[in-house]
Amino acid sequence: MANIVITPPGRFAFPKVAQLWEGREVLYRFGARDVTLRYRQTLLGVVWVVLQPLLMAVIFTLVFQKVAHLPSAGVPGLVFVFTGLLAWNLFNGIVTRASASLVSNRDLVSKVFFPRMLVPLATSYSTIVDFFVSLAFLFVLLIVYGINPGLGILLSPVWTAMVILLAAGAGLVASALMVRYRDIAYVVPFALQFLLYASPIAYSISAVPSRYRVIYDINPLTWLLQEFQWAFLHQPAPPIWQITLSIVVPIAVFVGGAVIFEQMERGFADVI
Amino acid sequence: MLSQLASNVSAVSKDVSISVSDLSKTYRIYRREDVPSSAAEAVIKKVKESKQKKVLEHFDALHDVTFDVGWGEVVGIIGRNGAGKSTLLKIINRITAPTKGRIELGGRVGSLLEVGTGFHPELTGRENVYLNGTLLGMRRKEIKERFDAIVDFAGTEKFLDTQVKRYSTGMYIRLAFAVAAHLDSEILAVDEVLAVGDSDFQAKCLRKMREVARDGRTVLVVSHQLQTVSDLCTSALYLDSGHLVLHGTVEEAMEEYKRSFARSAPMLRTAAARPGSGELRFTTAAMAKDITNPGDDVVVEFAVGANPSFGNRFHISCFVNNEDGMLIAQCDSRLKDFWLDPATDNEGSVVMRTPWLKPGAYTVDLFIHAGGRRADIWEQACHFQVLPISPYAHPTTPDGTDRGVVFPDFDYTQR
Repeated sequence: MANIVITPPGRFAFPKVAQLWEGREVLYRFGARDVTLRYRQTLLGVVWVVLQPLLMAVIFTLVFQKVAHLPSAGVPGLVFVFTGLLAWNLFNGIVTRASASLVSNRDLVSKVFFPRMLVPLATSYSTIVDFFVSLAFLFVLLIVYGINPGLGILLSPVWTAMVILLAAGAGLVASALMVRYRDIAYVVPFALQFLLYASPIAYSISAVPSRYRVIYDINPLTWLLQEFQWAFLHQPAPPIWQITLSIVVPIAVFVGGAVIFEQMERGFADVI
Repeated sequence: MLSQLASNVSAVSKDVSISVSDLSKTYRIYRREDVPSSAAEAVIKKVKESKQKKVLEHFDALHDVTFDVGWGEVVGIIGRNGAGKSTLLKIINRITAPTKGRIELGGRVGSLLEVGTGFHPELTGRENVYLNGTLLGMRRKEIKERFDAIVDFAGTEKFLDTQVKRYSTGMYIRLAFAVAAHLDSEILAVDEVLAVGDSDFQAKCLRKMREVARDGRTVLVVSHQLQTVSDLCTSALYLDSGHLVLHGTVEEAMEEYKRSFARSAPMLRTAAARPGSGELRFTTAAMAKDITNPGDDVVVEFAVGANPSFGNRFHISCFVNNEDGMLIAQCDSRLKDFWLDPATDNEGSVVMRTPWLKPGAYTVDLFIHAGGRRADIWEQACHFQVLPISPYAHPTTPDGTDRGVVFPDFDYTQR
């Protein structure tokens, strides 16, 4: 008896790690579902995964490099932009998918018990799969353009993980808020669009006038983008404070996001 | 050591699988027009509320509910709409949290709150079995082991690699139920699943649930179908507006449930107090059956006292109204050339065969028309209840029956 005790929620709820671990299978199934569904009944199927970022990179290269003549740190424009978009698409995809996930899985939330956090977290699965496909394509580009990334590439898994944590933390908070306030559905795309232009994705940070530089320096995505350029494009390492913060901040955002999510979770079934 | 002590203290008895004590659930509800659905509104409201009084209202879905259930029991939870049955199951399933009180469970809870939740129409049957099984708390290995049994139970082998959006409703439901039925949880909570599926499949489900109980596990069943409860359950809880009125045998609980309808019937008003010109009055009126199935004849029996001084023959009219107060049928005896002679006492009945009435509470108004006037107007002379059972041979999901005021007796043919 008394294997499970149900009591009213306390004032402060910390995410139950054991329960999340129990539910890892759900995470995998949701992820697999998203991946399967995305390209079912599409003609080109998985080709879209490469085609989308490539076309986007071509457009960005045309606009920022050929028309605006912004610098690309001595790297061929297309490769530079593609690397930036690799990190950006990872961040953007996770935040976008996670934020809408609870509302679009309303039935599950109001009818089945499982750690709700798994719903937004699972949406990152398909974005991460896309990331690795694009990453493979980046290596093709590096070979074609004869760029040697250097030893910095060894740290690339760390920067990838940090982008994921940063995005997942933001996505968790956005998804929980959207349960209560559907305005978040309008705020998120706008905020992401703002970030897209406020981050040095398609141009080198050196192009930013010094009086605006501080806006870039407080943006965690700027740090991570520079670390991506360091890892893949043989760029100089960013200053040590930046490296430290690019590890501390994403972890803090993720943990904070999870805690905030847990506080709001108790009301989901009653509100959604 | 400490935790061991705590669990010893909390264990009421080894035979108890579910122990609920002082459980309450209060919903804070906004009046409809006050629900803030955007953040901006919420902020404006917060500012206003600091000055004005709160517009929050509290609604007790459950109020100090306490009961214990033993292993191997099948417990029916009955009560009228809004009695708190589904809320209770949702709390036991941990879908929503209680406001007050404590529940101790002797094992995993498998839920069948709504069949097919988590089924994705674009995925194939096979993929959905895995997805749904995982959601219900099964491990991949468990699902693999039971996969054949699940498919066999559902009888959908041929369509395993077809997307479920191409399934018929029946197939969809059978597969979904099969997954849940093979969940090996110690406690199984079931809400209204048997409202769907054909009768063969329903029988299969009932057998499965009895099997579960025979294994010494516990089954909780919420159902509006009294038939299901009496067929399946070993004991029952009767809930009324969030209060646990009775926890006892199925018969006792059913009796209490039926009585709740009787209680809501207003007192028979004396003839003299009723409107109408009064030359003739009904002396009694009653339903042949207070509780009926949809499709059953609705029979109202009545008696009219004699008034020899009143010369002309007279006729009767009978209205049937639904819960919303909508008049859904008028049975005027002139249409059947039925007249009564006031010289003697008269007894009679009116039989209404169609339309088939939808589940719910109904009232009957009776009228005596004599000499172009209404001699007696007896509103709400009788009450009756139509049980939530589908009169049709084939099942659907609720969207197949929830529109319309009555159930028609219809057929489709192909030319």
